[in-house]
Parts: sequence; structure tokens; C-alpha cells
Amino acid sequence: MKQIRTFLFVTLIVSMAGIVSAQGLDPVLLTKPATDSWPTYSGDYSGQRFSSLTQINQTNIKNLGLAWVNHLTPGPGNASPSFRPGPGNPPTIVGGEIDEPVPVRGAGRISGAVLQVNGVLYVSVPDNAWAVDARNGMVLWHYFWKTKGGTHIGNRGMGMYHDWLYFETPDDYLVSLDAKTGKERWHKVISDFNEQYFSTIAPIVIGNHLIVGTADDLDAPGFLQSFDPETGDLQWKWYSEPEKMGEPGSETWPNLDSMRHGGAGTWVPGSYDPKLHLYYFGTANPTPAFSGVTREGDNLYTSCIVALNVDTGKLAWYYQPSPHDTHDWDAAQTPIIVDGEFKGKPRKLLLDASRNGYFFVLDRVTGEHLLTVPYTESLNWAKGLDKLGRPIRDPEKDASPGGALVLPDTDGIVNWQPPSYDPQTGLFYVATDENYSVYYRTEPNVRALQGLNGIQEQRVGKKGKYITAIDYKTGKVAWRHLQLSAGEGEGNTGLTTTAGKLLFGGDANGNLVAYDPANGKPLWHTHLGLVSNAVETYMLDGRQYILAASGDSLYAFALNF
Amino acid sequence: MHRVKLVLFVLAGLGAAALVAEQSPAPAQEPGANQASPQAPAQPQAPVGVARPPAYPVRPPADPAVVARGRQIFSANCSFCHGSDARGGEGGPNLIRSELVLNDNSGELITTVVQNGRPDKGMPKFDLAKEDIASIAAFIHSMPVGGRAATTGTVDPLVGDAKAGEAYFNGAGKCATCHSVTGDLAGIGAKYKDVRALQGTMLSGEPKGELAEAPHKTVTVTLRDGQTVEGTLEQVDDFIVSLVDANGNYHSYDRQGDSPKVVIKDPLQPHLDMLQTLKDVDIHNLTAYLVTLK
Repeated sequence: MKQIRTFLFVTLIVSMAGIVSAQGLDPVLLTKPATDSWPTYSGDYSGQRFSSLTQINQTNIKNLGLAWVNHLTPGPGNASPSFRPGPGNPPTIVGGEIDEPVPVRGAGRISGAVLQVNGVLYVSVPDNAWAVDARNGMVLWHYFWKTKGGTHIGNRGMGMYHDWLYFETPDDYLVSLDAKTGKERWHKVISDFNEQYFSTIAPIVIGNHLIVGTADDLDAPGFLQSFDPETGDLQWKWYSEPEKMGEPGSETWPNLDSMRHGGAGTWVPGSYDPKLHLYYFGTANPTPAFSGVTREGDNLYTSCIVALNVDTGKLAWYYQPSPHDTHDWDAAQTPIIVDGEFKGKPRKLLLDASRNGYFFVLDRVTGEHLLTVPYTESLNWAKGLDKLGRPIRDPEKDASPGGALVLPDTDGIVNWQPPSYDPQTGLFYVATDENYSVYYRTEPNVRALQGLNGIQEQRVGKKGKYITAIDYKTGKVAWRHLQLSAGEGEGNTGLTTTAGKLLFGGDANGNLVAYDPANGKPLWHTHLGLVSNAVETYMLDGRQYILAASGDSLYAFALNF
Repeated sequence: MHRVKLVLFVLAGLGAAALVAEQSPAPAQEPGANQASPQAPAQPQAPVGVARPPAYPVRPPADPAVVARGRQIFSANCSFCHGSDARGGEGGPNLIRSELVLNDNSGELITTVVQNGRPDKGMPKFDLAKEDIASIAAFIHSMPVGGRAATTGTVDPLVGDAKAGEAYFNGAGKCATCHSVTGDLAGIGAKYKDVRALQGTMLSGEPKGELAEAPHKTVTVTLRDGQTVEGTLEQVDDFIVSLVDANGNYHSYDRQGDSPKVVIKDPLQPHLDMLQTLKDVDIHNLTAYLVTLK
């Protein structure tokens, strides 16, 4: 058997050599929006998730049909999918530092970006990565990482540099694979597993930088690192909190201990402006998450949008959507960068719909605040805006022994699922979810508070899920489309827009839907189950594909001519 | 380095535990007080004082290798909901002070919950082997609970004024327009042992905790020929509506825009509307009042 497999494997590599060019993905190409590939987390650096493709459009969307589907099987065993047209089984390459992996169940959900480069898809779930033929879904190779454990909540995708792939594992390794074969080049520790870090984010390749984040379940400080994509050597490391008292930002913490146990992981990929050399992303919540008693102050740079110089890792500017966050809301959404008009002047803008329910427009050169508007009427946790446009938290709405009724719940109005911006309509689109929760403080002793401890949450009312379209120039909601469901409804969805005047997203009942971006009218749908990540689109052999993921399956759609 | 950090962390945890114990000389929970209903939601528990014998069972130390493996399996499967240290996290309760865990010796009770899940509380079942769950149990039992005061998760929402709650019920709150303390709410304070569940029920309109049941939306579908079909809503989106009628028959209809016409009635809607303006002080007072309705 082994002999045969080896033979097939070699054959496969030889045949794949024709598919993947010798150069793989040149990072210079990432600076221009791609139409024939999906080479990085958001498709390009802008975070807009807008494609200029028009082959699929409002006129012919009714002819959009399934091109192929494939179910991916994670784990160390047989990697063959339920359907495989090719000969034999694809190789599974096994990596890891321990003999027996910790058993993990139910972590096979695709909830991150899939890369498409030179006709091959690269897809990941926690501890697993695959190369898949983009023309019919056949698995080319499968890589399995033997995990030590860690929070297996998701994997947001891979990064690619020439012929090399990168992904993170829940037990805090950065693994680099050869895209042609799935063979491991190297792996390295990016954060300390014993300190309860866990790693999910999609690495972002920018020039010769590999931008890598991590998060923590307890209270260890968040940080973002840049590695050399060739060697894996560390280039810089930026902490989410100042490292010493006296540094800028440390005045927003009572003491070093609270500052260095302030959390603020870096778990959602950001966007990048190649001209300004700035990388923009949001940091997570401070810890203890639900009580600010031990961390009086704004707690910089937790729940912040930050701009880092991509070459040095130095902070260029920051803006804090949730000063002194006490509801675990983070500010970790992918910001969208737009060159557009604001108050009659052309400006370089950054748009962000935060989990706390407020929509922000910033100047991305300086971080100057331009606009704050709540994008739902139901928010009840803030007493207005301060002179910097930051919501003023109402301390009465912190978790309390008797319970504090707050909208939104700890998941926020939005979560990691990416929003989209359509330059044709000038609208910013985001899938929103509004729930009332009672936040109870359960820990009378503030010294025992750590991480996410110390509260219970009771959900007591669902206002509903919507696709919400926001005019960034005014912050006004242009339209909202209610996503009906009989019960709880599926989770949030990511969104994608195209020049074919289409807005793709999942609905609360498990449909993949194409909406009219002008008004939210549904134009096409198919029922897949929860579609959490935004769909992706690219041209292949003259055919525009829509790639969606639900559960452990990939679905590719194209026009039936 | 890792090992040093771990030791320091444990010491810090024990330090915190000791401090709580010193500051909270409250009576210990009666042993076995909650054994009759292991499925019931966690009751508010008073912190334990140092003067009393620990309510937590004193356990012989487990094989460190088993505990280490349990920690790994726990971290991969359980920690997202229950927290990395099993003291509660995103949605899942604190397991270290869970009644069921306290009553568990070596995984025999935990196994049932893990393998069957708790669908009523949103916990999925986990297809883990018995020895894996036993090592999870060994890990949880190995935690330095320090007289279980390390982090005591207690919810006791009884902070309001019952008299003010009564006034609000009959006055500004307009509760009495739909509800009656001698009718539908008679004895509600006795029905709920858990004040948190009572409060959740009061706010959402949907029975919570031990009396929880799935809320039913009803729907009326007016077909293109004018015929109407009514029943319990099964599913609805922009493209389909389906229901179960009074005879138990399932009906499913394609939707295109407003055709057929669909009218959904959500019995919880009045409570949802109320939440927009309800003040926390009124919630606390109403809760205190409802508790008195024995």
C-alpha cells in the first residue's frame, strides 16, 4: 500500500507542477485588487470585499448554479473526501511536537478565508489545511497538525508568499507549508500555550512581512508580530499595552500589573494601505473583561483601532471605540479603507462598524476622528459621545449582582464576520445581530477576577438579525433587511459585494443569498446551512466563480450557460 | 520559564483564594443540599469560610499524567464555553463549583453530561471516550479550589425593594394590564427556586431555568387563492414559510416577496418592546416583588 501511495503522490506532484507556477504568489501582486485569484484574507488589502467582476450580475443571477461541492474531513486518519474523482487517496502530511494529538471533536467548521491562487484553493480549519483543485473540488493534499490542545474555536485562514503557506494552530504554532506538496517547511512557537494563549487569525503577507496575531483566554497581554516569511525570524513585536509605566498610554492604567495583564488579543485580520505603509486592525477587550475595578482608566490600547508602520511595528496612531470596555466587546473587526469624499473633500478614510454598536469614520493618515453614529437604535450602554466621538460608558450598565440589562450581548452587534463596502453604491454593509442580555456580576472579590470570569449572562430578548447598509458620509442607515427565522437563527454572516450589483451573504435560516445592494431585495438564494465567512469570487478559465463555505463543506457556484 | 510561570500562577491563585476565605466568613453550603435535582440550575451559593470544613470533597491526588492529559482534552473541547480554568467562560458555567462536578468522584456523572450534552442549556454532546472524560474529570478535580473560594460564581439578583416593585407592577410598569398576581402569576415566587431564572422569565416573557420550554411563534399564511392556514411557526425566511397546524400536519410554502402573505405572532413581542425603556432599578424591584408571590 505504501508503495502505491508513494507512486500516486509523486504522480500528483508532477501533475500539480503544471497548475502552480514556479513563482507561486508574488507579494507585489497583493497591492492590486485581484480578479483571477483570492490571494489574501479579504481578497485584497482594502478590506472592502468588493470585486470588480461583472460576469455574474443582476440580469443573469437566476442562472447561478452549483459547479461543485466537497466535504473536507479533518483529523489524522483518511483525508479522502466523500467524493474524489482522482485516483487513490490524497496524501495526509502529519506534523506536531507530540506523539498523540489531543482528541478534538466538532472543530471541522470552515470559518475563515480560503485562498485561491493559480487554480488551487487553500483552506483551513483548526489543525488542518488542504489544497483543493478550484475547478472541481478534488483534494490535492491534506496537512494535519497534532495538537496539544487550546481553544479550538476556529481558524480564519492562511497566508501565502511565493510557494509557501502559513497558518496558525490553537496551541500557538505558526506552521509554514510548501503549497505544492503540503510538506512542512518549519513551525515555530508564536505565543505561550501555558499562559493560555490560543491562535486563530489568518496570517497576512505584506511585502517581506508576515503579520501574525494571537489571543488569550486568561489575561496575558495581546501582541502582533511580524516574521520573515522566508526564515520565520521575528522582525518586530507590538504589544497591545505599553510595556512599562511612563510610556505613552500607561497613564490609562492604574499600575503595571493591571497593564501587563490587560488582555487585548489580536485575533481578526486587518487592512493595509501600501502608500502609507500602515497596517490597520482592531484589538480585543481588556481583562478582567467584565469588571473595570482593577483597571481604572481608558486601558490603552485595548478595544482600539490601531495603525502600525508595517516595517517597524511602531504605532502611528490609535482610536478607541470602546474606552474602558466592560462587556467583552473588543474592537476587533476588519477595518475597511476607502478613498472617498467626506464633507466635500477627498480623503483617505477608514470605516469601522464596531461590536459596541457604533459606526466610526476616521482619517487613516492621522487617525483624526470624523464621525460616530450608532447603527442601531436599541443601544443602552452609553451616555452619549465625548469630544473625540467616543461613546461614554454608563457605569450603571456594568455587570452587577442584581443584573444589568444591556444591548448588545457579549457577542456584540457584530463579531469577526467581515463587512463589505461597495464603491458603486457608496454604502458600507454589515450583518447585525441585536440581543438583550442581563449581565450579572458573580464575583464579589475583585482579586479573584481574571479573564472572562466573574459574570453570568442571561439572554432575555432578541431584536433580530439584519443586513444593515450604512452611508459612510452621514452614518445614516440607508436600509436594513430583516433576516427572518423561526427560532434562534444561524450566526452572523460575512458579506461580499461585486460590480455585478450583487451583495452576497448568509441569512439567519441558512440560505446563501444574493441581494440588491441598492435596497436589500433578495435576488437569488440556495439553502446551505450557516454561511459564516464572506463568499469569495474570482475568474478561472473565463468563468466567474462564487465560493462559499458552510460547516465542513466548500460550495463553488458559476453560471449555467 | 514556562514551569516557573505556572508555579507562580498557581501560587497567585491560592493567595487570592486565601484572601477571599478570610474576607468572607459565611456559612458553608450544606453537604448534599442540592443532590435531589442535579439537573436544576446552579443555586446561589454563599462563599465558604475557613472555620467550616470544606464542602468540596477531599480527593486523593490523581496521576499527574492523567491530569495533564485531561487538561489538554479539556482545553481543546470544553474551554471555549467553560473557560480555560474551568471557572466559566463564554456561555458555559463554572465547572469547579458545579453541583454535578462536586458530586462526581471520577467522571461517572460528568461522563453522562459530556456524552449526552445538555441541549436545553445549549451544551452539545461530545463524542469522547470514557477514559478521556475520566481524565477531564481528574483535571477539573485537580484544580486548586482553595476551599472553593478561588472564584465563587454566585448570582443573587435579590437586591430590589419588593414594595416599590409592587407599585411599579400595578402602576408605571403596566404589568397588571396583562398579568395578575392572583391569576397567571399566582405562586410564581414558589415555582422558581432560582431567582435568576425568575428574573429571566419576567424580562423575556419566556419561562427560563427549571420551567423552560421552547417559545412558540404562531403564523397565519394567506395563500394566493385567499385560503388561510394557521399554526405553529416551524421555519421562515425570505423564501419559505412552514408551520404545523392544529392537527399536527406540516405545511410548507414557497415565498416570493409578499406572496403568500405571512403574519407572524410572537408571544414574547410585548416583553421585547418593554426592554427598550425598562430601568434596572425597576427590574430589581419587580424581581423582589415577584419572589414574594409564594
